[in-house]
Amino acid sequence: MNTTASAGSLHIQGLVKEYRPGVPVLKSIDLKIDGTGLTSIIGPSGTGKSTLIRCINRLVDPTAGAIWLDVGGQRLDMARLQGAALRHSRRHIGMVFQEYNLVERLTVMENLLTGRLGYLSAWKAWRRKFAPEDFERAYQLLDVVGLGSFANQRADALSGGQRQRVGIARALMQQPALLLADEPTSSLDPKTSVEIIQLLGDQGRERGIPVIVNIHDVELARRYSDRIVGMTGGHVVYDGPPAGLTDDHLQTIYGGQAWMQ
Amino acid sequence: MDAVNATARPASTAFAWSGKQKLALLALLAYTVYVIAQIDLSPARLLSGLHQGARFLSRMFPPDVGKMDVLWEGIRETLQIAVLATVGGVALSLPVGLMAARNMVPHWLCAGARGLIAVCRAVHPVITAIMFVKAVGFGPLAGILALTVATVGFVGKLFADAIEEISHKQIEAVRATGASFGNVVLFGVLPQVMSRFVGFATYQLDSNLRNSTMVGIVGAGGIGGALFSAFLRFEYSFVCTILATVIAIIVVGELVVNATRKALDV
Repeated sequence: MNTTASAGSLHIQGLVKEYRPGVPVLKSIDLKIDGTGLTSIIGPSGTGKSTLIRCINRLVDPTAGAIWLDVGGQRLDMARLQGAALRHSRRHIGMVFQEYNLVERLTVMENLLTGRLGYLSAWKAWRRKFAPEDFERAYQLLDVVGLGSFANQRADALSGGQRQRVGIARALMQQPALLLADEPTSSLDPKTSVEIIQLLGDQGRERGIPVIVNIHDVELARRYSDRIVGMTGGHVVYDGPPAGLTDDHLQTIYGGQAWMQ
Repeated sequence: MDAVNATARPASTAFAWSGKQKLALLALLAYTVYVIAQIDLSPARLLSGLHQGARFLSRMFPPDVGKMDVLWEGIRETLQIAVLATVGGVALSLPVGLMAARNMVPHWLCAGARGLIAVCRAVHPVITAIMFVKAVGFGPLAGILALTVATVGFVGKLFADAIEEISHKQIEAVRATGASFGNVVLFGVLPQVMSRFVGFATYQLDSNLRNSTMVGIVGAGGIGGALFSAFLRFEYSFVCTILATVIAIIVVGELVVNATRKALDV
């Protein structure tokens, strides 16, 4: 299968986001993420993990700072792009959501094909004129995520784990240069959570692209990440390999210690 | 529970009427009594009205079946008005409804579309029909235009409200793929609202069928014209035939619409 989509490298500089003026959620974030590997962002609720991820593909508009995405020899300024240029750059960034965000009344196959909408004119989309290789790729991806026989099922008939696999396959349909996942396991049981994280990591490695995951489960992050970014209060307070993450770090990130016993 | 706390509690106000509610009810009652006094609503008048009604009904029978060509012509026009106005109105309601959804378009566009819908809704179809008769002359075209306007006013608003209630998460996911606004509408919005749209459209067909029997009274085509002139000529037996046919058509129309809704599972 074609996994030769060019890998993206992400460079975030001085990123600030204020939903209300004067109340920053992100307080100057600096991060460089490139090469292959699963980067987990951990931190307490409300610390801006989700905002950070959403700033990267501009589902949220940052207040200040720069987000550079290098892909295929091009440098995209994700923080400032607008209109068609923004939409074109979003095609390079796949996103997986906590609540899967599938279009419920469409089938699994149709949901996968929505991953190609960035490449389709509205006229073609209206006539459902997806390229034959899109269908081919969709079938291959369904096999990869283990849903080969589910192509014509409606999305709202699937279980949580199956839905998230469809969500991942949809993101991979974009042949992304970067894969984002916003708490992809928070609505899933422990066994399925492990499978989903493994799937994200495997696909990232196979395609040679970086994968950035927001995650609440510290143990899961430790076991499957190549790198951990710990955030608290809108700052990055830990950035390094899982092995280097100590109880002291966790106490800084989450506060208190009763939960660690 | 200690006694001090219990006595400190305020008296229960559960289910109590507030002063404003009592005042509003009192005002409504006072106005009703005043109006009854104004329009001279006496038992004697009601009684004589019943007598008149009985005479009228007795003159309606037996129904006149001698003018079936006039009847058929009117019914044909009525059905044409209902179907064309529904098709045209629903087609127009799609873009208007989308533009009137606050979660999809900029504020100024939304305000404009909402204003258009409000104007379409504000005027009763019969009054719109009078205006279109002045504009395009007597005949079914005026009725079609009048009911198209009414359809945009009603269905456009329902479409807009339905679009405002959709799940934002599904939209967000489609946007994240780099899809254009048009593609987000096609693959994120429409799948969420399509079945409700079909439901609204069939309801509107039902409603247009009723209204299209009425616009003829002002000369905008359909069976209403024949009905009105039969009244004017005191041909109450033909009135009876027309009314019976209209009722039959409405009932059949409702059965067809219900069967369609069931078949389409909406």
